[in-house]
Amino acid sequence: MIELKDINVIFNKGTKLENHVLKNINLKVLDGQFVTIIGGNGAGKSTLMNVLAGDIAPTSGKIFIDNVEVTNTQAHARAALVARVFQDPMIGTFADLTLEENMSVAGMRGASRGLTPALSKDLKIKFQTHLSELEIDLETRLKDKASSLSGGQRQALSLVMATLQESKILLLDEHTSALDPKIGQIIMDLTDKIIKKQRLTALMITHSMTQALDYGDRTIMMYHGEIVRDMIGTERKSLTPSDLIKYFDL
Amino acid sequence: MNQLQLLGSIEIGLIFALVATGVYITFKVIDFPDLTVDGSFTLGAAVSASMISSGFGPVISTLAAMCAGSVAGSITGYLNVKWDIMGLLAGILTMTALYSINLRIMGVPNIAIVDAETIFGDYSVITIMGIIVVVVIAIINRFFASNYGLAIRAIGINPRVSKAYGINVERMKIIALALSNGVVALSGSLFAQSQGFADISMGTGTIIVGLAAVIIGEAAIHPKNVLTGLITCAIGSIVYRIVIAFALNANDIGLQASDLNLITAAIVALTMIVSKLKRF
Repeated sequence: MIELKDINVIFNKGTKLENHVLKNINLKVLDGQFVTIIGGNGAGKSTLMNVLAGDIAPTSGKIFIDNVEVTNTQAHARAALVARVFQDPMIGTFADLTLEENMSVAGMRGASRGLTPALSKDLKIKFQTHLSELEIDLETRLKDKASSLSGGQRQALSLVMATLQESKILLLDEHTSALDPKIGQIIMDLTDKIIKKQRLTALMITHSMTQALDYGDRTIMMYHGEIVRDMIGTERKSLTPSDLIKYFDL
Repeated sequence: MNQLQLLGSIEIGLIFALVATGVYITFKVIDFPDLTVDGSFTLGAAVSASMISSGFGPVISTLAAMCAGSVAGSITGYLNVKWDIMGLLAGILTMTALYSINLRIMGVPNIAIVDAETIFGDYSVITIMGIIVVVVIAIINRFFASNYGLAIRAIGINPRVSKAYGINVERMKIIALALSNGVVALSGSLFAQSQGFADISMGTGTIIVGLAAVIIGEAAIHPKNVLTGLITCAIGSIVYRIVIAFALNANDIGLQASDLNLITAAIVALTMIVSKLKRF
């Protein structure tokens, strides 16, 4: 279970540029829950993810993952618990490493790295199996650099990399928004498939109201650094995308 | 250019091939423009010449030089990651401080070790250097093929995502700088032992020579992985020395030894310009 208690994030505190980005956020995400997050620009959605991943330390408040406090754990040390797919496909992978090297780095998330070779026959077979599940012919390209892939292919690789290792939570930050609608849909279906198969706990930021309702089992809406709506169960089932858009008129 | 000069160029080229691999690790692998090199090269020479002249064996003196170089590199890394001092400046600070430290270590600006036993023994410098360069490249290549080494390569390409995959970016940067400067100090130590002296100003311009080797090699070969990258450095270093020897020996041009830095800068600039032109 993921728990945020009274989280506040204030940038440039005490200066003219002071910006209260997250205000008293309280959120509990149960194991296996897939939460979609919506909200306008500047609502604090990405900051919320950065706080969970450890890229931004909250000004006040506490973060618990499975009842263990991780508030002051740095991003790299929290990586065993948190998996992440970034918005921009160009930054989610290591461009100048080959696909197999990318997957090797990802496969060691949360493990301690030693001097044993990063690649082996067994690992390559494992990587090939994972890539072939995507059904986009990436399994034949293990030796190619990630920079030679298209945006959609890179995002698919990113997704596989993030889910190679177990994690307590998967963070998806608008991970299909930079792709064309067709590829975006393929990546979204893949995401859903992996989340269901591995029974992952996940948070997904999206600007698509349809996506927000079609996927996952809970939707929260943020506005000016606060969670203003939390929709779940039958209430959520009865909503349509146009209902959600109306909620934006605060 | 006669045969003696050619062999001399290859000899120095092999010694500076180690500087080039060190520069490759910082400039290319972790994308850190490290200028500590000028100081750590002299540091390696200073430590081993001082130790050898006071009776220590050549092997232990060479190893001590490498360790000293690694410490110097770690200090640059520490200044950069812990105190957020710009990489270039952190390197310059360490390099500047090393000038005084090297003088302290040597006690005098110049130490001769002509008559002392060196790591080369009775063998020719080229043979021993050839072996050392192959071994060092093999070890570095194996290191970068390991999980740990791959993580270091990852931080040079994408620090943010590296963190997301549990890599301690700050620590890896320091380790890479230590490794790089250790190899550079090894080069300085071997240079002192092959030439029979250590001098306080011998490191001046080392960084540009190392860069020249990396850039020349890269323009000629276009390395696709770490191993070819490292081999490219070694070849670039030897080619650079031969080009310099040619330039200085061509009597008609009227160049002299003191024009070395000008020629080096011109070679580096020209190689970079030519490789840019090729793209159009």
